[in-house]
Amino acid sequence: MAETGKAKTITIISGKGGTGKTSVTAAFASLAAPVVVADCDVDAANLHLLLSPEVEKSVDFYAMPIARINQDLCVGCGLCNDLCRYEAIVVQDDNYSVDPLACEACLVCKEHCPEQAIGTVERQAGYWFLSQARTGPMVHASLGIAQENSGKLVTEVRKAAAEVAEKEKLGLVLVDGPPGIGCAVMASLTGADLVIAVTEATQSGLKDLIRVNDLCNHFKIPIHIIVNKCDLNPEVTQAVRKWAQEAEAPIIGEIPYDTDFTKAMIEAKTIVEYKSSRIGDELKSIWNTVLETMKSIV
Amino acid sequence: MRIAIASGKGGTGKTTAAVALARVMGSCVLVDCDVEAPNAHLFLNPEVQNTQDAYVMIPEVDDGKCTGCGECSRVCQFNALAVLGKSVLVFNELCHGCGGCVLACEPKAITEGGRLIGTMQWGKAGDLDFYDAKLRIGEPMSPPLIKALKHQAELSEAENTILDCPPGTTCPMVEAVGGADYCILVTEPTPFGLHDLNMAYQTVQELGIPAGVILNRAGMGDDCIQNYCKANGIPILLEIPHSREIAEGYAAGKDILSSMPSLEDGFKKVINTISEGLNNG
Amino acid sequence: MLICISSQGPDLDSQVDPRFGRAAQFIIADTETGEAKAVDNKQNLQAAQGAGIQAAMTVANAGAKALLTGHCGPKAYVTLNKAGIEVYTGCNGTVAQAIEDYKAGKLQKAAGADVEGHW
Repeated sequence: MAETGKAKTITIISGKGGTGKTSVTAAFASLAAPVVVADCDVDAANLHLLLSPEVEKSVDFYAMPIARINQDLCVGCGLCNDLCRYEAIVVQDDNYSVDPLACEACLVCKEHCPEQAIGTVERQAGYWFLSQARTGPMVHASLGIAQENSGKLVTEVRKAAAEVAEKEKLGLVLVDGPPGIGCAVMASLTGADLVIAVTEATQSGLKDLIRVNDLCNHFKIPIHIIVNKCDLNPEVTQAVRKWAQEAEAPIIGEIPYDTDFTKAMIEAKTIVEYKSSRIGDELKSIWNTVLETMKSIV
Repeated sequence: MRIAIASGKGGTGKTTAAVALARVMGSCVLVDCDVEAPNAHLFLNPEVQNTQDAYVMIPEVDDGKCTGCGECSRVCQFNALAVLGKSVLVFNELCHGCGGCVLACEPKAITEGGRLIGTMQWGKAGDLDFYDAKLRIGEPMSPPLIKALKHQAELSEAENTILDCPPGTTCPMVEAVGGADYCILVTEPTPFGLHDLNMAYQTVQELGIPAGVILNRAGMGDDCIQNYCKANGIPILLEIPHSREIAEGYAAGKDILSSMPSLEDGFKKVINTISEGLNNG
Repeated sequence: MLICISSQGPDLDSQVDPRFGRAAQFIIADTETGEAKAVDNKQNLQAAQGAGIQAAMTVANAGAKALLTGHCGPKAYVTLNKAGIEVYTGCNGTVAQAIEDYKAGKLQKAAGADVEGHW
């Protein structure tokens, strides 16, 4: 595994949801093609709706095995219920069972059941896919309903993307990250050379951007900012600029509020593929800035 | 009555709807369960009366008592403990706080310490009891903080609760929505909105919680949401029109009822429809 | 002295496994006698998290004083360090070759993890 020539990774996140993260990622993918794209927002994966990938390989994803009580062996002593810290033991008419949605998979109940009545059950939690999209190889995932997202699936997607980049000798991986700052976001940030935070010029957008910036500082990853909906409220936009300057987080682009994003989405196109538009042009120029920045990141 | 406001996709207007519903209900509890990116306070400017840190249990090992038997490491499903000779290395960030190692330790060398996961705060915003929490930067697990916040909010005496939930369809969302009598799914008329609404709807069905839809930015995209809801028998409780005015108000931290007062009746109807449905159901 | 090499197979002709925590096997080799044995790491392949920590314990329990591998993450490094095991990353080729390189002093000791940790 040669370290030299390893693909660079740009991760696009936002803190707040719905700021245009996925639309921006898709536009970058169009401009950077051929490029490896990884949809790490496995909770609410949308990138495939714009890039129409064709699945070439599908891999089962298993979550940690959870506890299951064998009703034939259970004597109803209730010890499992006393020990469980996740309120995952359901008691109904002296019948004990495990709520699979609440079970944390710690297996403390199994370890201590005096009747050895508790076993484990494998959970196929979803799939991840290696696909070919218009923009090149794409790795994405589909989680089952109400499954846990331990960050493990995100890690699998991210790793598979790095592998395909190496195999196909592509120098760049674009990662579409999830909203928030928790487990799944941290898993998508791992290995990123640059974070692009897509925020919107709203009070909420700014508040969440600050938290995302704190997280990137925590992991020592450089962060650049795109301000979407920059013309909604000049005061807030000014506040974002002022904060960015103080935080030394460069703003690499500002995009006005525009429904072209929605129109492009309805046609399953990225904004730069959808007719020529001012935001398409803006994104092209932002992408050039990103490319310049990447040159300085070794 | 406990109403959860959720959505698969982020940024569809959950907080907007939660704040408006809380406003029209008058006295109730609003719990901002989006602890990764809490924003409801921006629209309510609550007067904070209390703050409290939240912790999850982590093991603290007394090397003097440790015999190096390795049981703690064996039982830990999260691989958070490494036993090397007669000392134990604990990886706090991998710990889920199950307490299994404490139980497994024969010489009682392990006691429970705490890992700070975030800070909760609560107070008043007009008639509302307001609760929110911030996940500590670098802390991966938000569900225990959401759980702690919901427990704290149960101390409020108000009869009705609005839960403003995090986006997505996995653990944080499930933790926040859990225990609700009804779930409102806020979406927008776009392919992303539809895709994620479908995921979120299936999730609340799995949880056995009745659900309805608030369609935000109606008119911005196409008819996909109306068609989906019709096909699946999901009530559309309210349509909020696509309006630059509302977006501008939101940007400034104004709640939607101030930007568009005519929506007040619509939100009142949402509450009535839900409470009648629950009383008759 | 015993050293450990992360390996894709059970013998000296196998290729070094670049992964540590999720390596297929570990070869424990005696640098004086040339004796070698394989230790399985199968239980770690599916670990949701902390595979490196568990693998480090396996290496420590086998009595190895040095580890030759491709990459090593931060949690594994901390654990190996605490156990007094020297870590050499960037190894490739066959296990036998890696052992020779180690004996010849050609390998550079890692001062820390060379890859990021993950969740």
